[in-house]
Amino acid sequence: MDIRSQMSMVFHLDKCIGCHTCTVACKNIWTDREGSEYMWWNNVETKPGTGYPTKWEDQDIYKGGWEQNGSGSISLKGAGKRKGLLNIFHNPNLPVIGDYYEPFAYKYLDLIESPEQDVQPVARPVSVITGKPIDIKMGPNWDDDLSGTPDFARKDPNLENLSAAEQEAMFQLEKMAFFYLPRICNHCLNPACVASCPSGAIYKRGEDGVVLIDQSVCRGWRMCVTACPYKKTYYNWSTGKSEKCVLCFPRIEVGEAPACMHSCVGRIRYLGVMLYDADKIESIASSDDDNLIQDQIDIYLDPHDPKVIEAARANGIADSTIAAAQNSPVYKFVKEWKIALPLHAEFRTLPNLFYVPPMLPVMAMVGEQKEDTPELHAVAKNWDDKWLYDTSLDGIFGTIDNMRLPLKYMANLFGAGNEALVADKLKKLMAIRIYRRHTTVGDISAQKSAAALKEVSLTEDEAEAIYKMTSLPKFNERFVIPAAHREQALEMLEATEEVKGNTGFGFTEKPVRGL
Amino acid sequence: MDILLFGAFPYVAVVVFIIGTIWRYQTGFKYSSLSSQFLETKKLFLASVPFHIGILVILTGHLVGFLFPSLFTRIGGSGIVTFETVSLVFGISAIVGLLFLMIRRFTNDRIKAVTTKMDVFIEFVLLVQFGLGIYIATSLGWGSQWYASVMVPYLRSIWMLNPDISAISAMPIAVQLHVVGASLFIFLIPFSRFVHFLVAPFHYISRPYQVVRWYWDRKEIRDTSTPWTVTRPKNI
Repeated sequence: MDIRSQMSMVFHLDKCIGCHTCTVACKNIWTDREGSEYMWWNNVETKPGTGYPTKWEDQDIYKGGWEQNGSGSISLKGAGKRKGLLNIFHNPNLPVIGDYYEPFAYKYLDLIESPEQDVQPVARPVSVITGKPIDIKMGPNWDDDLSGTPDFARKDPNLENLSAAEQEAMFQLEKMAFFYLPRICNHCLNPACVASCPSGAIYKRGEDGVVLIDQSVCRGWRMCVTACPYKKTYYNWSTGKSEKCVLCFPRIEVGEAPACMHSCVGRIRYLGVMLYDADKIESIASSDDDNLIQDQIDIYLDPHDPKVIEAARANGIADSTIAAAQNSPVYKFVKEWKIALPLHAEFRTLPNLFYVPPMLPVMAMVGEQKEDTPELHAVAKNWDDKWLYDTSLDGIFGTIDNMRLPLKYMANLFGAGNEALVADKLKKLMAIRIYRRHTTVGDISAQKSAAALKEVSLTEDEAEAIYKMTSLPKFNERFVIPAAHREQALEMLEATEEVKGNTGFGFTEKPVRGL
Repeated sequence: MDILLFGAFPYVAVVVFIIGTIWRYQTGFKYSSLSSQFLETKKLFLASVPFHIGILVILTGHLVGFLFPSLFTRIGGSGIVTFETVSLVFGISAIVGLLFLMIRRFTNDRIKAVTTKMDVFIEFVLLVQFGLGIYIATSLGWGSQWYASVMVPYLRSIWMLNPDISAISAMPIAVQLHVVGASLFIFLIPFSRFVHFLVAPFHYISRPYQVVRWYWDRKEIRDTSTPWTVTRPKNI
């Protein structure tokens, strides 16, 4: 057993309002430099939608992640020692700027310096790369809230195995629904970017599991951009180096929450330590699709188990880290309550960002349209006669199978195709709602509430704890971050403000392009 | 003049190369392939692949000839024609690739945005150098043979720090320019994107896929029997 500590995250999607505050916080801190304008280490996507870069989930296009090979282990789909070195002069699987978008700005000065003329001056958009006027055809968030559109929502790769009728049902105007999917680097246990880097520049930090790119070792071979199935490594076209989310490590080293999480308006983000057994990574990443998620969840160890604590200490993990693991909100969501799932586990990178799948909208059962139903009432939409929403509380679990976003679609995102797994999480969330409705509103009977909780094997205490952690968590409950022991590592003792606008921590060189 | 170009310049080039590459390495940040594939990928395929394969094969040929000239002189007979034809194909591959690269660089706005003066300069240096090489290969016959018997002794005399420029002085102007071009190429390495071939990732082949870095030695950090007030249990 080789116990290590990992910074892990939970995003509670029911709480995400899609405000992009996280995105802007990240942008202002990390990617406001030349060459990184197009990078959004944190981005929020509308689902169903194609995302950023366009259709990133479709690995037939991008060849990211790992795949099982015949011999019972896994290999990188589009990179690796053989493919990577053979393609070093030209990487056929590299996403290019058009797959993201060409970064643009506006010539605002024209508004002020324009000579007197008959028409209003216009601030034309210009490319940040070439400085020339462009027609903006794409942006990092172009499909925001555009559920149902043929160009975006209907091209979502997760719709692949949904029948035409199911897809059609999703996008009927009255039934249409969408939710937001905020994404950052998953700081995976089995990172494909690290494995694909020919230079060995990308590494996982032993102490906290943050995956970083050493800017002084990166040579710009760009294999990481191909290999990351989440497309969360980016090539800086100006410096000729690749960059990625650093999980705001200067902040977490002093026990502060990363900027995206700190600024989160919906308070959907949780960050905490997980202890895991590094010896098992390879075998678990090679598991069959059906067992992949459960096996990954099993790799995380119980931080209350005396044997685990002893082994962790023997492996040099600080007591403060073990204590943080015991209070970790992520451990609670993923292991104790089992209501959070990794995104696209089938990419086999063992991501450390878990999502509580969204219920929205809760009252989702759509009744059959009656033959004699008159035209929809413009506002009321026949709420009462079960035409559109089932607001009754009968058979409320039944609505999960009839969610406006089909279970199959959710399973493609969060269950590696396993519908039962996602349904289990949603049923728990629904049971908690029934329980809370019972305790606060009181129009649901105690028997019904108890039956709901029993069906999903939750106790009232657990339901209460989940409710509190979901709705009323304090800052210190959402973020249980042990400060790094800087006294033990001189490398970490650097004044953070001195390296703003530089290539990164560790050395303070201006990020200028090589000759 | 000959002494300057063939006796002194190679040494200047090598000294500048060694000191320059070390100076530029300092943090390692300035070493990059500076790839522009992210900005334009389709044309790059037709340009970069033939260019790199061509230049690598031709450079390797020059190096093998320098190290083992007897391999070349032993070929003999019709084998020489075959050998030189194959070499010429790679030479043409390199120059065609280079021309495509230059066209791409001068016509694409995005690529222009990441083009430095040095990029343009080295492309013209390479173009002249490749052109001379192909001219020599086609117009002055049996290049592989006289390279091994005449040029290699000159190159070796440079290597042995006892330059003997008598042979090279008698060579046609194209060959002389090709030799000067080679020195110029070495001279320019630390000042251009050429440096990326020095950090070619061969170590990837033998490396385990996953890389983990530790700030401190985790097996000793909590061991109270070995206080580390004097020497900290640090990795790296």
